[in-house]
Amino acid sequence: MKGKTSNRVKKAFFKHKLGVVGLIVLAILYLMILFADFISPYNYTTTNRDFVYSKPSEIHWVHEGEFKGPFVYGTKKERDPVTFAVKYVTDTSKIYPIKLFVQGDKYSFWGLWETDIHLFGIGPQKDAALFVFGSDRFGRDIFSRTLNGGRVSMTAGLIGTLISVVIGAIIGAFSGFFGGWADILIQRLIEILRSFPRIPLWLALAMLLPPTWPSTAIYMGIVIVLSFIGWMGVARVVRGMVLSLREKEYVLAARVIGQSNFKIVTKHLIPNTITYLVVVSTLSIPGMILGESAISFLGLGIKEPMTSWGLLLKQAQSLSDIQAHPWLMIPGLFIMIAVLSFNFLGDALRDALDPYRTVDKI
Amino acid sequence: MVSFIIRRILIMIPMMLVISFICFFLIELQPGDFVSQYLENPRISPEQIDYIKANLGLDKTPMERYGMWMKGIITEGDFGYSFAFKRPVTDLIWERMGWTIGIALVTILFQWLIAVPLGIYSALHPYRSGDYLLTFIAFIGISIPEFFLALILMFATGTSGGLFSPQYIGAPFSLAKMVDLAQHVWLPIVVIGISGLAGLMRVMRGNMLDTLGSPFVNSLRARGLPEKWVKRHVIKNALNPMVSIAGMELPNIFSGTVITAIVLNLPTMGPFFYTALMNHDQYLVMTFLMFIALITQIGNLIADVLLAVLDPRIRMS
Amino acid sequence: MSIINVNNLKTHFRTDEGIVKAVDDVSFELRDKEILAIVGESGCGKSVTVQTVMGLLRCPPAIIEGSIVYQGKELVGMKPNEYQKIRGKEIGMIFQEPMSAFDPLYTVGQQASEAVSVHFNLDTHSIRERVIKMFEKVGIPEAEKRFDEYPHQMSGGMLQRMMIALTLACEPNVLIADEPTTALDVTIQAQVLNLMRDLQKETGTSIIFITHDLGVVAEIADRIHVMYAGKIVEKASVIDLFDTAKHPYTQGLLDSRLKRNLKGQELPYIKGNVPRAFEFPQGCRFNPRCPYAKEICMREMPPDFEIAKNHTVACWLYDGADSK
Repeated sequence: MKGKTSNRVKKAFFKHKLGVVGLIVLAILYLMILFADFISPYNYTTTNRDFVYSKPSEIHWVHEGEFKGPFVYGTKKERDPVTFAVKYVTDTSKIYPIKLFVQGDKYSFWGLWETDIHLFGIGPQKDAALFVFGSDRFGRDIFSRTLNGGRVSMTAGLIGTLISVVIGAIIGAFSGFFGGWADILIQRLIEILRSFPRIPLWLALAMLLPPTWPSTAIYMGIVIVLSFIGWMGVARVVRGMVLSLREKEYVLAARVIGQSNFKIVTKHLIPNTITYLVVVSTLSIPGMILGESAISFLGLGIKEPMTSWGLLLKQAQSLSDIQAHPWLMIPGLFIMIAVLSFNFLGDALRDALDPYRTVDKI
Repeated sequence: MVSFIIRRILIMIPMMLVISFICFFLIELQPGDFVSQYLENPRISPEQIDYIKANLGLDKTPMERYGMWMKGIITEGDFGYSFAFKRPVTDLIWERMGWTIGIALVTILFQWLIAVPLGIYSALHPYRSGDYLLTFIAFIGISIPEFFLALILMFATGTSGGLFSPQYIGAPFSLAKMVDLAQHVWLPIVVIGISGLAGLMRVMRGNMLDTLGSPFVNSLRARGLPEKWVKRHVIKNALNPMVSIAGMELPNIFSGTVITAIVLNLPTMGPFFYTALMNHDQYLVMTFLMFIALITQIGNLIADVLLAVLDPRIRMS
Repeated sequence: MSIINVNNLKTHFRTDEGIVKAVDDVSFELRDKEILAIVGESGCGKSVTVQTVMGLLRCPPAIIEGSIVYQGKELVGMKPNEYQKIRGKEIGMIFQEPMSAFDPLYTVGQQASEAVSVHFNLDTHSIRERVIKMFEKVGIPEAEKRFDEYPHQMSGGMLQRMMIALTLACEPNVLIADEPTTALDVTIQAQVLNLMRDLQKETGTSIIFITHDLGVVAEIADRIHVMYAGKIVEKASVIDLFDTAKHPYTQGLLDSRLKRNLKGQELPYIKGNVPRAFEFPQGCRFNPRCPYAKEICMREMPPDFEIAKNHTVACWLYDGADSK
């Protein structure tokens, strides 16, 4: 019977074309951030005063009628004869081909070894740069920063969900199983916490993190802040499941045999709720990703030198910034695509694992 | 029914007490306080800082301050003093409350007016191209970050937000001012409402499909009711559970107003809250959180009451 | 005189696992003022048959072939808005689960009035009076008070009476009762059956009564049709069926009723299981379970053999025994 169920689940999942698309996109995104340092032409912290606020580089294929493969023109400084302001203009006499496996900024691959080979780029040049998504106000390559920022954006939500699911499941299970005043207390607490709107609560919690902490500590702090709200929904669902499972015959049988309460909870109740936990988790991740982005966007989240997609968007807060440098908004697209993919995936998983929407009814 | 409402209101009082406690200590736990910003400033002497602290009551212990705050609330309705704006908190929040609630209500209306018909349409023509299109748009709606949508719309329309063009700010009430308002306010309403709208539409669709599969629908047809009458029955049954969802959406709408208001520069409580938070303007932050929690509780109560009104099964239990 | 004439009716469903032949070439007639019982186990197709007659199935996934003639009108293929005029007014239907047959958000009075208002051009007051009178007729105490109550406030038996009242208030010529007493307690069952019998005598409505309970059938029916795996296997009057059932399946059903004198012995039952709708055996569908199965039974489907007036059997055992 186990084999039949997992086949049915797989079949139901793959019927959901969007779910498969979501899965593929997420796989690509996670691969991208895994190899972020390698794929980016530049290090995400490399500044370049000469190329502040560059728009995305124009990649040419043909030069003076000749096909040369992908390349970028150089730039040279000129003075505007009228305003005497410094301008950068394209210098078509200098051609910089885009090569694979080029040398670039030194970086450490996940702390394992040092190297300076990047997937593609034009190599270290003085008067040209390959900015796929343009550059920001310090001349940093947005493409590289987006890839690196993905590390935070794509993992904070995941870890936050994991923590909240574990905490929520444990609290919910014991609350539902033992009942009594502990249950009532927890339920009231959850009710109270849920009357706070998420974002203000997250912001207030984020303020608890001392600004003097290093980036990595802030990252962990943000993850915990995010999970602070998520656990309540999970606890409610798990409690509901436990309440209905508690009355089922096999629990009664276990009791009659004399199994301890702890064993009953861990060996019978929790495994039966695992599928629903998977559904609830996948449905919570989008909220967490959006939450981290929002907190960082407002400056209360991830701190430099770490970066996240939300933090990258912080540079695009005013109308004048966006109108002058619209490419600054590109990381927002990534947030949307990641969240959309998780939503597709979650929807497909839910149809496959929980077609009768038991989770919704609780 | 009346006893139900009274009971709920009575329960709210201890809940609000707990909430006030939570709010207070949430802010207390933040590192630094209002005077921290002055610590770095070489032009302000330590004695001046101590003076400011004593003046604002920041030199007392947390419990003392909580007690004083509570006393002020209960006896005088005084929710504290804003250090940054140098005015009583109640005045500040009262000024902004109107716009916040107004925009929230209009957003809810906007969501329902669009989501319910679209959800019904989707359910009555399921798995066809219209349904797929709406489903796809719904997914995008719930996936797009609000602030990102705000940025995109700002870019697309060239507005920098705000509710009025410069010439109408502070101007007296007039038709032209209303028109100007409408021209500006649609943007935050769309931004705040889009994700809730998308979710609502999907839920309506799901409810409709579930109800269409219910046994009583066959019975209605067997009685010879025209299909239009049958649809009316189905829609009413599908709409009922949505009411409690609306109640639960309320905190989300207020969430949305906070960020969108900051980006779009709206005269609501959002930007206020943000500035207050950054400045450790304690009482403003706490009171704001409390008010939002209170409004959410009231919203939930209204939703529950509406549900009882609409569903005889619940009304009578 | 037949009110409804069903000929070679087929209702098939297209599903992921294949074509389900829920009703497969069924022919029968409903005569004026009679109570016709269609009997069979779960899944034999009796419900689908009457749902087809009422036009309640969605096509697709249903595929309907054959003919259903009601008072000269062909129902198969009839346009939806014309079919709607026949439902309720000409042919009414009551369902197994009364609680699931009402909209929980409207009072029973509102729903009954709504149904009456579709078929009769009366003012609100007259409709209300008519409905209340009908409630009283079916034996509902304090009918006026009950008018304003909701379905969930009533017991199953009371609600079933309400459903009967609602349906009969529209004065149909035919009433289809799909297992109306199955979900009720035995004592309530008896009450409802008596009620139906009395009403039928009074109004002359013809009834098609679906059930799996032979005891109920004995109480109320004039004629009985036995269905198995989408086909009618025996048609007889109630007396003939109980006295001289001919089809092995019918005999098996009658034998497996619990009787006092079986105490202490192994209870008789029909061995085997009802075949699933897409796995019907070749030939006569009962042959795997039939104690008298012959070689021809496994090859060819038996036709109806008329072995006496008003008594037909679809069984090869009676080949040649028919009057032809």
